[in-house]
Formats: sequence, C-alpha cells, structure tokens
Amino acid sequence: MPRHEQPGISMFRRDLMLPAIGRAFVKLDPRLLWRNPVMFTTGMVALLLTILLVAGQASGSLAFRIQLAIWLWLTVIFGNFAEALAEGRGKAQAASLRAAKAQLWAKALSGAGDACRKVPAELLRAGDLVLVETGDLIPADGEVIEGVASVNEAAITGESAPVIREAGGDRSAVTAGTRVISDSIRVRVTQEPGRGFLDRMIALVEGAERQKTPNEIALTILLVGLTIIFLIAVATVPGLAFYARGDVPVPLLAALLVTLIPTTIAALLSAIGIAGMDRLVRFNVLAKSGRAVEAAGDVDVLLLDKTGTVTIGDRHATEFRPLSGVSEGELAEAAYVASLADDTPEGRSIVALAREKYGVKEAPLPADAESIPFSAHTRLSGVRTARLLLRKGAVDAVLKTVPEQTDSSAATELQRISAEIARSGGTPLAVVSNRRLLGILHLKDVVKAGMRERFAELRGMGIRTIMITGDNMLTAASIAAEAGVDDFLAEATPEDKLALIRREQQGGRLVAMCGDGTNDAPALAQADVGIAMNTGTQAAREAGNMVDLDSDPTKMIEVVGLGKQLLMTRGSLTTFSIANDVAKYFAIIPAIFVAFYPGLAMLNVMRLASPQSAMLSAIIFNALVIPSLVPLALKGVKYRPVGAGELLRRNLALYGIGGIVAPFIGIKAIDLAVGGLGLV
Amino acid sequence: MILQGWTLILVFTLLVILITKPMGSWLFRVMAGGRTWLHPLLGPVERAFYRIAGVDPDRDQGWKDYAVAMLAFSAAGMVLLYAQQRLQYYLPWNPRGFAGPAPHLAFNTAVSFVTNTNWQSYSGESTLSNFTQAWALATHNFLSAATGIALAFALIRGFARREAAGIGNFWVDLTRVTLYILLPCAFVYALVLIAGGVPQTLAGSAAATTLEGARQVIVLGPVASQEAIKMLGTNGGGFFNANSAHPFENPTAWTDFLQMLSIFSIGAGLTWCFGRAVGNVRQGWAIFSAMLILFLLGVAICYWQEAAGNPNLHALGIAGGNMEGKEARFGIAASALFATVTTDASCGAVNAMHDSFTALGGLVPLVDIQLGEIVFGGVGSGLYGFLLFAILAIFIAGLMVGRSPEYVGKKIEAREVKLALLAIAVPPLVILGFSAIASVTRAGLAGPLNHGPHGFSEILYAFSSAVGNNGSAFAGLNAATPFYDGMLGAAMFFGRFFMIVPMLAIAGSLAAKRRTPEGAGSFPTTGPLWVGLLVGIILIVGGLTFMPSLVLGPVADQLATINAHLE
Repeated sequence: MPRHEQPGISMFRRDLMLPAIGRAFVKLDPRLLWRNPVMFTTGMVALLLTILLVAGQASGSLAFRIQLAIWLWLTVIFGNFAEALAEGRGKAQAASLRAAKAQLWAKALSGAGDACRKVPAELLRAGDLVLVETGDLIPADGEVIEGVASVNEAAITGESAPVIREAGGDRSAVTAGTRVISDSIRVRVTQEPGRGFLDRMIALVEGAERQKTPNEIALTILLVGLTIIFLIAVATVPGLAFYARGDVPVPLLAALLVTLIPTTIAALLSAIGIAGMDRLVRFNVLAKSGRAVEAAGDVDVLLLDKTGTVTIGDRHATEFRPLSGVSEGELAEAAYVASLADDTPEGRSIVALAREKYGVKEAPLPADAESIPFSAHTRLSGVRTARLLLRKGAVDAVLKTVPEQTDSSAATELQRISAEIARSGGTPLAVVSNRRLLGILHLKDVVKAGMRERFAELRGMGIRTIMITGDNMLTAASIAAEAGVDDFLAEATPEDKLALIRREQQGGRLVAMCGDGTNDAPALAQADVGIAMNTGTQAAREAGNMVDLDSDPTKMIEVVGLGKQLLMTRGSLTTFSIANDVAKYFAIIPAIFVAFYPGLAMLNVMRLASPQSAMLSAIIFNALVIPSLVPLALKGVKYRPVGAGELLRRNLALYGIGGIVAPFIGIKAIDLAVGGLGLV
Repeated sequence: MILQGWTLILVFTLLVILITKPMGSWLFRVMAGGRTWLHPLLGPVERAFYRIAGVDPDRDQGWKDYAVAMLAFSAAGMVLLYAQQRLQYYLPWNPRGFAGPAPHLAFNTAVSFVTNTNWQSYSGESTLSNFTQAWALATHNFLSAATGIALAFALIRGFARREAAGIGNFWVDLTRVTLYILLPCAFVYALVLIAGGVPQTLAGSAAATTLEGARQVIVLGPVASQEAIKMLGTNGGGFFNANSAHPFENPTAWTDFLQMLSIFSIGAGLTWCFGRAVGNVRQGWAIFSAMLILFLLGVAICYWQEAAGNPNLHALGIAGGNMEGKEARFGIAASALFATVTTDASCGAVNAMHDSFTALGGLVPLVDIQLGEIVFGGVGSGLYGFLLFAILAIFIAGLMVGRSPEYVGKKIEAREVKLALLAIAVPPLVILGFSAIASVTRAGLAGPLNHGPHGFSEILYAFSSAVGNNGSAFAGLNAATPFYDGMLGAAMFFGRFFMIVPMLAIAGSLAAKRRTPEGAGSFPTTGPLWVGLLVGIILIVGGLTFMPSLVLGPVADQLATINAHLE
C-alpha cells in the first residue's frame, strides 16, 4: 500500500524523544489534562494518593504506598508522552515546511504596467496582483492571470521536475513557496495572509488546528461513560464490603479504579489522531480537516473526472486512416503541414506521429503560409498558402466545407471510419486538402498507467468507481472499459455531476470526488470528500476538502486506507483496553477482599505472591502497556481490503482475545519481578 | 433424571424458536396498524376509545411528545392505583373485608405494578381485596405490559423509518397492543389455565374438613385471569404469595411448561418484529440468537449447579441435587429452567425459592437480572434494553472494521452513544448505590434473614430485581418495612423511567436519520460473528460492572460452601 509514502521521520529519534519527555511533564497542568477526562481522573487519583501519603493517612506499608503513587503518576505521564511524541514528529515536519516559507518577498503591481514595488509577502491580501519572474519564489497562493511559466514545486510536493502554470484553463493555480524557473507571470493573490496552503499544512502537522473528529468525540463519550460506570462500581465497594465488616483502604480502591477505567486507549487517543494527519501529509495529501480523512474511510462511491484524472488529459494521435484512393503518405504529409502551426498537445502529437511512424520529412512551413487558428465557431484549424488550403477538424465541420460532396462515396467512407473510431473510444479528426477529403486522424485519450489495478483495489475496499466525462457514450464506454471503472456518466454537464452526487447521497451513500477543473468545483464542494488535484485550478483546490499534491486520483486508495486505519486503531485499542479489565479484576478483587473472605483466595488464578504485589503488578502493567503501544498508535493497525467481516474477525482475535490473555501473562511476569526485586 | 432435565430444556428451546415468527408477525401487523381478524369485533371499540379520549390516531408524535404521553399516563396510573388500594375497604369485591394497606406498602405496590415490576411486598391473599387484585392490579398488568411493547415499537420505528420526525403515537400503540394482542391472548390463555385446574371465582374462600377432622379455609379468587396476564406481560405478580409454586396458580407440569413458554413469547416475537420492520428478518434472528445463547448459558449453569447439589450434604451421605425450596411436582430441571426464564425476562414469577438455590445456581438469576433482563426480556423492555447494548457493540465493532459505525443502516454517532450509556449506567448506579446504602444503614441491615455473604446476596437481589423491574424476590429478605418499601419503590421507578427517556431520545434521533444501504465495507450484523460479539460485550460490560458485588455475595457464598465454612 505505501506506494506513495515518503520516508517519514523515524519514530524514536533522540532529538524527538527528549523534548517529548519534557512536554509530558508540562502536560500535567490540570488545564491541559482536563481535555482528556479519563487521564484527568487518573491524575486526580494519583494526586489523592500523594496527599494521603504525605498526610500519612493510609494503611499498607510505606514502600508499597509510595510505589503505588509513583506508578499512578507514571500512567498519566506515559499518556502525555505519547501525545507529545506524536506532536513532536509533526513539529519536525512543520519545521521543514517553514523553511520554504522563510522570507518571501513580493513584487506588488499597482496597475496594468510593469511598475512594481517590493513588499514582504505577509502584507499581501486577497485580490492583490504580483509579478513573479524567473528565479523568484511565488509569494502567496494565487491564480495566474497572465503568462506561462514553468514552476518548481518541490517545496510542497517533493517532486523536482518543473510543472507548467499558465493563465486560463485548468493549470492556473500557484502555491506560495514554489519557484518560477522560467518566464514570468502575473498572479492574483487568492488567500489572506496566514491562511495559505503552507500555513494550513504547517498547522495541520503540528496538531495546532486539530479538532476532534465526530467518531473521536463519540469514542471519548464512550470512554467517559465507561469511566463513570466503573467509578460507580468502585465507589460502592466500601459500602458493600461494610456488610461483611470489611474495610477497604483508599489506595486499594484507587488502584482498582485506575486499572478498570480505559486508560490505555484514552492515553493514546490523541496520539493516534495526530499521527494520522502526519501520515496523510507524507502521502502528499493535504486535508483541510481530520473530519474529511475520517469520512474518507466511509466512502462508498468515488467519482472521477475523466480528463486529467483517469486519462493523462491530452488526446494523442495514434493512427492515420486515409480514404480509398489516398495514400497513407499523402494523408500524413497533409496532417503534418496542417498541424505545424498548431501548438496544442494534440497538434504536437500529430506532428510527432507523422514523423515517427509515417516517415514524413521535417520541413518548415512555406514562407507564405498563414495559419488558421482553431475557433469554436468553425471548429477547424489549418494552414493557407497561395495555392493550398489544408484544414482539419471535427468530421461534420469538415464536411460542411464541401457541401457539394455530402452524398459522395468519399463522404460516406469518411463517416464510416469516423463512426468506427468513435466506437472504439477515440476522437476522429477529418483532413481536407483544398476541396479533397483525404482521411481521418485517430486521436485517443491515453489512460494513465496502472489505473486498472488500482481501481480493482478500490473495488476490494467496497468502493464503486464512476468515471465522469463530457465525451459521448461510445467514447466514455470504451475508456471506462480500458480503465476498469465500475460505471460511467457520459456527456456530463456540471449540473449532471452535481445531480449524480446528490442522487447517490440521497441513497445514503458517501461520495468522494476527484477533479481538477473549475467546472468540477461545485461537485467537489457537494461531495462528502472532495479531492482536488494540485495541478488544477485554484477554484477546485478551494472547493475540495483535500488536495493531492501528486495529482494522482488513485491516491484515494491511500486516503481511504488511512481513514479506515485511524478508526481501526482506535477501535482495536478500545477493545484491548476493555478486554484487559478481566485479568485486572482477577488480580485485584481477591487482593482486596481476601482480608475478610479468605475463601476468595481461590479467585487468585494467577497465583500472585501477595495482595500488595498483585495490586502493584496490575498498576505497573496498566502503566507500562501505554508506552509499549505507542509504536502501534503512531503507525496504525494494519488495513487490508478484505471485507468487513474478515477485518473484524482478525482484529477481534488479536485485540479482543489477545487483550484478555496478554495481561494475565504480563501481570504474572511483573508479579514475579516485583517479588524477585523485593519491592513489596 | 439428568437426561430428562436436559430434554425438557431442549424441547422448551425448540418451542420458543417455533413461536417466534408467528408471534412476531402478529406484533408487526399490530405495530404497522394493519388489519387483524379481530378488527371486525374490536375495531369499533378502538375507534370509540380514540373518540372519547380525543386522540387523533393518525397524528405522529415526536419522541418528546411520546415520552410525555407515556410519563403522564404512568403517573396517573400510579396515583389511581395508590388510591384504589388505600380505599379498598370502601370498594366492592372485598369478601374478607381487608382494610387498606399502609401508605409505604401501597406506594411500593403502586410503583411496582405501573413499572411492570410486580415486586410484591404485600402478601396477596391476606392483604388485598378481590377488587384490588382482579381489577386494580390486573389493569396494570395489562397496561404496564402494553406500555413496554409500545416503547419497543417506538424504538423499532426509530431504526426502520427514514428522515422521519415522529416515532408513532403512544395512545394508539397502547390501545392497539392491549386490544389486539394482550386481551385476546390472555382471554384464551386464562381458559386454558382454567381447564388445567386453576380456579377462577369471585368467592372469597372454600372451607374444607381435613382427614384429621380439622377445619381448613382455602383461599380462592379470580386466579386464572390474573395468572394469564402475569406471564404473558412478564409481570410476575401472583395472586398468592407463593406465586407459581402455589398449586392453584400452577397446578401441573403442563401449566408450568405453558407458563414458562408464555413468559418468552412476546419478547421473542419482538425480535422477529424488529427484523421485519428494518427490512431483513435475519437482523431479528441475529438478536434472537444472541439472546438464546445467553439463555442457554444461564440455564445450563443453573441446572448443572442445582442438579449437582450441595457437596456438604453429599459428605453427610445425602445424595442427589438441591431440592431445598423446590416443588416436588416440578423437580430440579423445571425449577432451574423457570428461574432462568423468569429472570431472563423481567417476569419475576417464581415456582421455587431462588434463595434456596445453591450459591452459583442462584447467581444465574441474579446475573440475568443485572445484565438488564435483555434475554427476550420484559415485554418490550427486553428488546429496547438489548438494542442499547447493540448500539455500544456496533460502535466498537464498527470502529474495528474502519468505518463509521452503523446499525441496520443507521449511523451510530456521539448522540446515540451518549444516550445509550446514560441508559446503561442507570442500573449499576441504582443497584450498587442502593445496595451500598442498605449495607451501611441499620434499617437496611435489619432486612436480610441470613448473615454473611448470603444475606448480602438477598439485599443485592432485591435491588437488582427492583431496578430491573423483575419483581422476583430471593426471599429471605423482610422487605415490608418503610425503608425497603421506599427504597425499592424508588429503585423500580428509576430503573424503568430513567432508562426509557434516553431510549426514546435515541429512537427520535435515529428516526430522523437517513438509512445507508448495506455495502461491502459495512459490517454485516446478521452473522455468527455479530452474535458472538453481542454476547461478549453484554457479558463483559455487565460482568465487569457487577463483579465486585457478585464476588461479595454469591461467589463468596459458594466458596464458603466448598470450604464448608457454614454460617
């Protein structure tokens, strides 16, 4: 799965560990601790025991009581440490992002001319115009309004090959901190200071802007609820024991309470969330909120805009089809000349194909040649010289230029070939020389490499993929088949896209959408999870709730996996935490009650050495389990696309059954160690 | 003997499975407002009720209106029942001229019958007039049961409806359940019981001359009519103090079997009704299976322990199982089965003294009650109590498969988790809190007749039974005191209504949600894995909460028996 993942920051680097340990103590501040009610309860219990210890109010040996208090404090500190470590990793990543932001200067434009003045980037406001020239860093997120430039975006994507940014079209968005390496552009700033892309990315990985996700809130409520129920169970023990004339000392009750409440998951909960965001950034995806990542785990339907997501985005000429009586060479020659002046990717691909496959010799345009640019009105382009008029364009548009031949055999053949190509998913372009129909150029959308396998993987996760395109049914069907998507929507207008999303949502399904163009923006906003391609327009990037810096639509797989992993890690550790309680009961209950019902010694199934040792062992186990699960919390439980039943079986066996068994072994081992070291 | 016992349990289980679907589809039809063959006869009665009460049967209530209607109805019922008892001397059908019971006793009984608990601090045949028994109490046997079923309907609608504002109409549910389910069933059932030998008369008593020539007064009354609804509505309040151990309430092995079956009938049927309402009967069978497993676990332990008997007596050369406190007519298996059934459901009828069970045999009824009586359960309350646990189970399971948890297409979010926990926290709080109070106060400690862990079990059982609205007693506890009447009355009240209100809030919140279709990524809640998870969560959450109290009661008791520290 981690196809895209960049090497992360090693988990236990010393320069991260030491500050984390320091922060763990700072986080003992009750105002910070309060945000985690379970750990707050643990802290209060530790405080109570410490006060009783100082006041000398409790029974049991002094050494035992001191150790009990120490281990209770350690439980809280371990939890704080887990959180601090996760935050520290994010901070380290943020630091490298900040370097890119360091000192940005802008050449602010005041009017249409080139007159500009240098201002610090943080003074730029949305709507300001700036000039960015070769070698300059782009000072703020914005939109190119004039010019074309190649831009190195390595600072945010890690990819050093430059990308083209140009005014108009779908590649107009530029990001602060990236460098223009050729030409110059005028950019309209679209973000207020401090709200830009880099700022958000930094805030996200640092955990500063982290808000609890809906499931995290629900889980916190569950943990608080369980804590209250166990508080009731423990608080009533002295009353119940009074019936048997039994006296239960406060330290024992404290030990019972802390081992029962779900400290393990509570201690690791926020570390799981922070680490998840950190992993997302390493996948080169920027999410605007954790909520979006969590929602990604629930996605049922993924809509993909065809162009630029499923296919490379440009159509390429793959074949020339001359009419009968026309030679291949003749058609290739004509296509070559007609496209020489055509600077679109399609035109360039025709020139390249004519030279490479059909051996047309490289020759410049005749001196008197005048190019006919493509217009939406004629839907034709070409070249005119004194004696030659070469045009290419949509088949019906070309036929309109020769109305007298509408019923000729050439026209019929042209239409037959064109229908054939359309059926195969290609786009036919007819070529006409003066008034003679020559043949058809076959242009084809090229599906990005590896799409089929990736879509199969999505299917395994239970996600249905739907391709959306403006193409006709035939073309769409053929590309859909080639790419291996489950369904497609052809001849789609932006309204159709919106309607499709609404319909799916009405049916109760969660919809994700990948898109890049301005016309995708409404759909990206309507979808539950909108992933904009970084190559796309600023409008698309604003509308989505995630931006994929690699512009790879199948990145959805990683995002879905990550969303699921976040939930699974929380669920599994919750199960583990609750399952642990069974063994802890068997350690502590006999230890507490054996004083007045000696028969209850039979319940001491682990044969722990003494009541004090049993209690201490349970508390030590409860504390040590937190740091030992930190790596799991930061890395996440493994997700495989195998279906929900199978996942549950696996996780239930590992964390449910394992959670029941592990503490029996752990507590026994600690009991032996405690006895061996003579701690009680 | 042993083989015969297991066969009885097996046959009983099979019959429960057989009646589930017919009962369930009848319940579903009544819930959905469909016509039954009783409509020509009872339809006009139903409409007349609505006209008199000014109820618009087509008006849906939101959860708050539903809750207010239910609370107002219960409060009025409580006041009226209190008054009827206190004034029974002036009311008809009082052949033996009983005066009104003391205020604390009347209060306790009023709460007890309105909450479907039927805890009996009074002794029926020597305290209450026939009017009080056959009219005042029997009315609430019907109405409290109908209320429970109505509430289950409301929650089922919460799961089944999409983006709806209402969860049904309480008055309509109450009327329909009473008219089309409880009355006809109870009528036929009472006739069967009469045929089986249960008396049904308004006469006060019969006089007989015994063989020795002594004169004996045999108390009679309208027993069969009360008996039928006592079982069917999981009320459990018997005509006689000895309840279903009394030969007039439960004369033969056949009536005994029928009584047990009728306790489970509606509770089991509701699981099917739930599945049908959410559009997949397998969802209902999954719940049924989880309940059945919990039932079989309980009855197996209970019967095994009772059949094994007391090792100390074996040592003295007295062979055989534990027959103390059991009717010779029924024997060990039928008594262990009855005890498990009556506490799995919140019935509380007894055909043997649970107090005299072996320590672990008696632990089973206690645990059944403490888990919330959700194994088929009280009519209605069993299903909604179970679904609260299902919400918690699906939340944890959903997270473990990496998806926002959803159950039968409804997303389970923070609000549902919060409300479910609120409802689930009530029983431990009241049971453990009140038991603790009883354990440290003079008035509380005066209650149990036994000392040591067994005495503690008696207190724990009483409060568990009250909070769970079960009503069975461990016996051995003198509860007819102001302290226990008051505390147990409060416990019954909290146990019922403090659970119902959050439950209805969940119903309202679920009804408003849209339903998600089942996808490959969502976890199927129809398979054995789900059933196992449900059983596990219920046992662990319930078990962990009550373990300290159980250790101090029955477990310590059992270990004392083994170690022969007879106290």
